[in-house]
Amino acid sequence: MNDRRFNALLGFAALVIVFIFAGFLFTLVVQSLPAVKQEGAAFLYGSEWNPVTTRFGALPFIIGTVMTSAIALIIAIPLSLSAGIVMGEYVNSSWVRSVLNTLINVLASIPSVVFGLWGIEVVIPLVRNLAMLVGAPPYGAGILSASLVLAIMIIPYMSSMTREALMNVPAGLREGAFALGLTKQEVVTGIALPFAKKSIFAGILLSLGRALGETMAVTMLIGNATRIPTSLFSLGNTLASVIASQFNEAASDVHRAAMMALALILLIITMIAGWFGRTMMSKGTGAYGK
Amino acid sequence: MKRGSVSKNLVLLALFVVGLASVVGAQTLLGSGATFPAPAYTKMFDEYYKLTGIKVNYQGIGSSGGLKNIQDRVVDFGGSDSFIKDADFSKYTAPVVHIPTVIGAVVVTYNLPGNPKLRLTGDVVADIYLGKITKWNDKAIAALNPDVKLPNLAIMPVYRSDGSGTTFNFTAYLSAVSDEWKSKVGNANSVSWPTGQGAAQNAGVAGVVKQTQGTVGYVELAYANQNSMAVAAIKNSSGMWVDPSLDSISAAAAGAFPADTRILLVNTDAKEGYPISALTWIIVYREQNYGNRSREQAEQLAKLLWWMIHDGQKYVTALDYATLPPPAVKAAEAIVKSITYNGQALIK
Repeated sequence: MNDRRFNALLGFAALVIVFIFAGFLFTLVVQSLPAVKQEGAAFLYGSEWNPVTTRFGALPFIIGTVMTSAIALIIAIPLSLSAGIVMGEYVNSSWVRSVLNTLINVLASIPSVVFGLWGIEVVIPLVRNLAMLVGAPPYGAGILSASLVLAIMIIPYMSSMTREALMNVPAGLREGAFALGLTKQEVVTGIALPFAKKSIFAGILLSLGRALGETMAVTMLIGNATRIPTSLFSLGNTLASVIASQFNEAASDVHRAAMMALALILLIITMIAGWFGRTMMSKGTGAYGK
Repeated sequence: MKRGSVSKNLVLLALFVVGLASVVGAQTLLGSGATFPAPAYTKMFDEYYKLTGIKVNYQGIGSSGGLKNIQDRVVDFGGSDSFIKDADFSKYTAPVVHIPTVIGAVVVTYNLPGNPKLRLTGDVVADIYLGKITKWNDKAIAALNPDVKLPNLAIMPVYRSDGSGTTFNFTAYLSAVSDEWKSKVGNANSVSWPTGQGAAQNAGVAGVVKQTQGTVGYVELAYANQNSMAVAAIKNSSGMWVDPSLDSISAAAAGAFPADTRILLVNTDAKEGYPISALTWIIVYREQNYGNRSREQAEQLAKLLWWMIHDGQKYVTALDYATLPPPAVKAAEAIVKSITYNGQALIK
């Protein structure tokens, strides 16, 4: 009897999640219909976004989103993996380890608006100087500034997931490897990392999800221009940053609907990234992966 | 699903929370809408509370949000930086009226070495934002400023990335003075900018302009004053060079004033008027007996509006808003007097 009740409770909780997601999807689809009806498939590849003439195409924002997230990953992966490996494998003093942990937790809990402000004060002037060096327009804001700050924002997630993954490697495996005469480096690269590969990859995916959807900091740093970015120094917009910028004062109902459609695209991109990651993971399972 | 019901629910929730906090006071009026006059309203309503004990809660959620809330009848009044177009009146279930409250201005600000004082025409500003004038030492700018040594520096236009009344008024002005702007870009809360960089809110635009040499931006007067930024004098339609000041902004509304107060002040024909001035309005239903509204509540609202266009005006200049000139006050008086409860005027 008690078991039954417990199961019912669990089942109910699971259903609630399903319903929330379905309701969410339903709302987005229904509310984006006016824009999708008007533009058709051109909504995906159109590059004009004009609230005055009510022509809406999402391509500049799709490219902006993918570009900033990809660059942020390229910057963050080597740094986070190294940091994670250092913390998981090389730091023996529990004191140093707890200091590092605290720092990473603090970094992870900084609100994104603070990252945005810091980006405006620190990153944008740096990027502006760099742009002047290479002869690009000295806006400072743009794809590179947004990507750099995104990278810094996701490093704590990626590095702590890497550390956790490495610390979950069974001690027996390590001891065995050392007993066979492997060096520390061989143990890390040959035993620990392959074993932890799956979890590390999951950490990267989680970070990618955060980067794709990050709104506040990106809105403050990307320059908010509705143009397809052509270089690191281009101004741009992401799906999330356009919604944040324009939703409150949408000029018309179609404009509002078009932003709902952007939200739907963002959701789909995030889902594709997740699916792609899982597929990669199951294909790439190594000797110790299962 | 009903259009806009998500944001409506959010607003209801916000109002509910605010309502809870003030439920003890009982005497409460609710408004929401334009963010541009929000500081002036907050100051006015604070003074009004000290004077009468009546609490007025105003949520700066944006003009379109304020208009939606009036359509959905969840607030006593809505605030809007643009007046309702004829075609949009059908969205309201009963006649609504516009009461002008304060006048603001959009100023053109820039960051140049040596901080020179510039004169600009609407045409030149439009060409800068169209990407046709790209250097500060362009002939068109030099011709207007013979005494200024202009640098050979790229112009970087900065605009508001968020939809805003400021952008609406700025683009309304550019559309009024430049046919090319009107046909290529047009006039709205957010437009498709041919060139330049976006920044969020007045503060964001002011920040980028202050930080970067060669930029030009547009912000509300208050932001330029508070940040002591360089501000351009603009040639008005009478050919006068006018600096934005509380007097020149007020003067923009001193000409002919329509009875329904729905007038765009940009490119004013008033001789002393600053050409990028703009009214902001409070929107209410003419007949106040709707929903479960009591006569008392309707009376409080009418009294508040009357106070805002008279005694309330003295509190706004310190915040860099211009007061309504006499013709505007007169028109506003007639409108407040036309507000009724069961067909009876609330203010005589």
